[in-house]
Amino acid sequence: MTTNTTGSAMAPRSTTAVWDYAPAPESAAIGHIKDRYQMFVGGQFVDGHGSDVATINPATEQDLAQVSWASTDDVDDAVRAARRAYTAVWSKLSGLDRGKYLFRIARGIQERARELAVVETLDNGKPIKESRDADIPTAAAHFFYHAGWADKLQHAGYGPHPHALGVAGQVIPWNFPLLMAAWKIAPALAAGNTVVIKPAESTPLSILVLAEIMADAGLPEGVVNIVTGAGDIGSYLVNHPGIDKVAFTGSTAVGKRIQQSLAGTGKKLTLELGGKAANIVFDDAPLDQAVEGIVNGVYFNQGHVCCAGTRLLVQESVAEEVISKLQDRITTLRLGDPMDKNTDIGAINSKQQLSKITELTAVGDDEGAVRWTSPCPIPDKGFFFPPTVFTNVSQSMRIAREEIFGPVLSVLTFRTPDEAVIKANNTPYGLSAGVWTEKGSRILGMATALRAGVVWANTFNRFDPTAAFGGYKESGFGREGGTSGLGAYLESADDYSDSDSNEGAV
Amino acid sequence: MGINARASLADTLSPGPAFATATTTPTAGVVATSAPTLTRPALPAHLIGAVADEAALKRFLHGLPGVDPVGVEARSAALATRSIKKESKMAALNLAISMVDLTTLEGSDTPGKVRSLCAKARKPDPDDPTTPHAAAVCVYPDRVQIAAQELAGTGIGIASVATAFPSGRSSLPIKLADTRLAIESGATEIDMVIDRGAFLAGEYGKVYDDIAAIKAECGGIRLKVILETGELATYDNVRRASWLAMLAGADFIKTSTGKISPAATLPVIHVMLQAVRDWREATGQQVAVKPAGGIRTAKDAIRYLVAVHEVAGPEWLDPYYFRFGASSLLSDLIMQRRKQLDGHYWGPDYVTVA
Amino acid sequence: MAARSTPKKAAPKKAATEKAAVQQVKVQRATPAAAPSTRVRSASASAQPTTGSSTAVPVLKTYKLFIGGAFPRSESGRTYPVHGPHGDFLANAAQSSRKDARDAVVAARKAFPGWSHATAYNRCQVIYRIAEMLQGRRAEFIDLLVTGEGTKPKAASQTVDTAIDRLVHYAGWTDKIAAVFGSSNPVAGPFFSFSTPEPTGVVAAFAPQDDSLLGLISVIAPIITSGNTVVVITSATHPLPAVTLAEVLATSDVPGGVVNILTGEAAEMGTHLATHADVNALDLTGVEGDLRTDLARDAAGTVKRVYIPKGASDFSKTPGTARLRAFLETKTVWHPTGAVSLAGGTSY
Repeated sequence: MTTNTTGSAMAPRSTTAVWDYAPAPESAAIGHIKDRYQMFVGGQFVDGHGSDVATINPATEQDLAQVSWASTDDVDDAVRAARRAYTAVWSKLSGLDRGKYLFRIARGIQERARELAVVETLDNGKPIKESRDADIPTAAAHFFYHAGWADKLQHAGYGPHPHALGVAGQVIPWNFPLLMAAWKIAPALAAGNTVVIKPAESTPLSILVLAEIMADAGLPEGVVNIVTGAGDIGSYLVNHPGIDKVAFTGSTAVGKRIQQSLAGTGKKLTLELGGKAANIVFDDAPLDQAVEGIVNGVYFNQGHVCCAGTRLLVQESVAEEVISKLQDRITTLRLGDPMDKNTDIGAINSKQQLSKITELTAVGDDEGAVRWTSPCPIPDKGFFFPPTVFTNVSQSMRIAREEIFGPVLSVLTFRTPDEAVIKANNTPYGLSAGVWTEKGSRILGMATALRAGVVWANTFNRFDPTAAFGGYKESGFGREGGTSGLGAYLESADDYSDSDSNEGAV
Repeated sequence: MGINARASLADTLSPGPAFATATTTPTAGVVATSAPTLTRPALPAHLIGAVADEAALKRFLHGLPGVDPVGVEARSAALATRSIKKESKMAALNLAISMVDLTTLEGSDTPGKVRSLCAKARKPDPDDPTTPHAAAVCVYPDRVQIAAQELAGTGIGIASVATAFPSGRSSLPIKLADTRLAIESGATEIDMVIDRGAFLAGEYGKVYDDIAAIKAECGGIRLKVILETGELATYDNVRRASWLAMLAGADFIKTSTGKISPAATLPVIHVMLQAVRDWREATGQQVAVKPAGGIRTAKDAIRYLVAVHEVAGPEWLDPYYFRFGASSLLSDLIMQRRKQLDGHYWGPDYVTVA
Repeated sequence: MAARSTPKKAAPKKAATEKAAVQQVKVQRATPAAAPSTRVRSASASAQPTTGSSTAVPVLKTYKLFIGGAFPRSESGRTYPVHGPHGDFLANAAQSSRKDARDAVVAARKAFPGWSHATAYNRCQVIYRIAEMLQGRRAEFIDLLVTGEGTKPKAASQTVDTAIDRLVHYAGWTDKIAAVFGSSNPVAGPFFSFSTPEPTGVVAAFAPQDDSLLGLISVIAPIITSGNTVVVITSATHPLPAVTLAEVLATSDVPGGVVNILTGEAAEMGTHLATHADVNALDLTGVEGDLRTDLARDAAGTVKRVYIPKGASDFSKTPGTARLRAFLETKTVWHPTGAVSLAGGTSY
């Protein structure tokens, strides 16, 4: 802002003042980033037998830390440790005592929240604002919520004697590294299982800080084991004969491979996969909030969200107005240094992901969609992609069908509610959907008609440990959160059988 | 002055007082003083129909998009986390100081109190002559004359709350007379209150006519229309009242009298900023906004400026287009400004009171 | 979306048939156990009539498929002989092909919007109506089991009675599912959030090979109770009770396409159903070994839900909820709350 402040308020200034927010960076030192991180197996931080691999800060492309990667032998060790912990300790603890450990972990996350937020942002590239206000607090909330279930499983709707499955093998993605770890670990532990979990290769740090928190909480050794590595280690883990349950969050392609490879093994499986959510705006919507919801729906976390509202379905009668407001609003989004507290759009997590986004948007151009890009400046270093909107998109275009996993919105129009439903459901995915209208009956009607696991009406991208989250169709099966989520980690009596069920096993 | 430029846009198409209440009750004086110089800019053709009659006005206002309260509150809370530091903070503090309508609206206001206030408006920080002056002082009509004397030649505006402030519960002739008193005493800006009773009863035509009549009385003087959002009960009503005021010729839309709680809040100002932004989109005219009441700290003020910046747009970051109606805010702005300059925290004993 | 309009059109009709159903119950109770004898040719029946002193030659039944509420032959034109416990010829059953399976999926999908959006009260009455119809033809089914499968009469009666009970059990579930498996979620924010179970969609089910009636009903009932539609492959060796059950279904107000019954080889149709992109889930109760694994693997291509019972099922026992839960999706809906007034200084 220029300092023309001595003039009169009785006339407008001749030139518009420019008010640049000064950089407001969070201190990287708060993250206490170490030079090298080890795996966490059997309660110990140990070297893996793979080679060390650097994890980078995607905003600077510089090495952040070296991470010791696991070999398949290390996975064997981790599974053995988890089995031992299950048999000797964890399955013998009372539910209440298991719950106490979860409460301790929840508190530990809260106490080190600022540090975790910095670690997450440095390793992932997401804005510090989001790791601070969304990822970390919600991760703590998941441990708090599930802590309370540990001694009340008989009330969760799975019969009077539900019990743990054994050892859970879990593979999580890079888009919400700590939050996904919490989504996986908390219910598994509450239900009485022990865990071997593999974080994404590009975001291993925050879960290894969580390991410190769990160690500090006195969690018995081997109850949670963290193995680092790439897809080969994940594949080895989920196919390991020593585990009883597999939980995977990631792409639909990998999810299908896991489901295939687990067929006939009797392992219980839950999958949380991709999406191509429709965000449906009717002409009677609260337009300003709808615009906010569209922005939040697709640009939150750079669009690296499986439930992102990447298909805007807007009623033709308000399409022009909505798109114009949307572009104005997107122009105010601040892209840049994820550590700056005022940054709205951070870095794309990896070079590979950036290429994928670039490639798919080029297809959008080729297919005849009209690209609009926010005029925001792009930093020279780091992986960044500006908020992008495609208009003139038709249902048949790849940008309307494929998950881009980036800050890219495809705008389609509709004329009637029926047409909106048909277009929204016209996808193999079914994770989430948004509906914007001030008409109550239409909200409930649409909520019923949409084949999606989560329907946000007049809001978007809300998450809570008490509310089940998960997909229909090729977005996966099983839920996370709520009582439905607990079911993924419990055995209960099967129908017509004295033996325990493993329903949902493949 | 800018108002001359705006006056040149004088509108012959303006519907002016259109509804029954206005045509049955105007005094001769109103017609005489207002007829020659209607100063509001033209309504574009597509909006003329909106004010054709009471029913049309109601249809128009009720046809505005609704406001989802949780959504607007979430957005305003998120924007309030903007971290404004260093030079951007200094710029914000200076701008905020230059936007203050330094206000005293008490039964106990004396000439001395008003003079003291004017002195503070001229030199908010006597120790630092580079400190900008306030935008205006805001007083009751019978105290305008003193303020006018004190502020002559300073470029500081003299705002006065007319129209049976704060309740607005009187007849139009009295409101017009109140306005005339303020103007004749030297007011350069008029802050009127709308008839919330009429608004809540759905008598939008009456509210419209009042505003249009006062605007006519104001001539070239800028009119701030106080919506008293704390009595409007819903964000939908805030949006409707904002549009109603702008349709009727408001130069400013202002949240509150300061006599009702809640006064200004961030989400309410979001809705009003959206309204002036949409109004400019629809008409090309840029209407100013003034939150009043309840803004006491520099931190609060900066949050409002962030909202102005990101919701309405940087064009509103100008004392001509945005004001703070406040009494104690100025002192905190000065303290924070001195902290920025001197590097240590300040205490209230070191900042002059008004 | 043509199918979407079905429930609207069908609704008044259903209401009418429910009334009719109630009336018919009274009629049936007035004439208990007056069911016709089995139409299957037993060893003796094929030689000469069995009923009393009548000398009339009985009219035998052609066993066909049940797709979309109709009884078509297999499009392949194939049949296979069904034999009794002593190797005697009972009937020719239709040998379904992959195209029959395809047609059945089309019918099931078409029926899904109407059935899944029917009120729970309506589904309850329809399923209870199946029990009524089954009760009415109790003797016929007992005869089928005794004559066709060599079941001892007492055991056969027990089986049919349990099958009837099973339907009554699930009829009562329709309007409890949402309450038992749904929830209002106390989220940490100004939102009303609720999770409600919804049917998964079209389920391809493989009925037990060795439990031709009770096993079949125990598989079908939980699937349709929650609003799914089903394509079921019957026991290959004992398909006749399933086809007779189709007649019960056809007279029980079950909308056409909600249950589709195919007789033939699971191995022949299995992979086509397991890979079919318009099938949402598999119930692999009736297939075992490699075929079961193969189908489970095929299901992964479109991320189907797969239900496999753990261990052998004894359908004479009381069911739990595992089968019900296996074909439910949880949908969570969020909406902002609060915001009654600005007057408090905050809207919630």
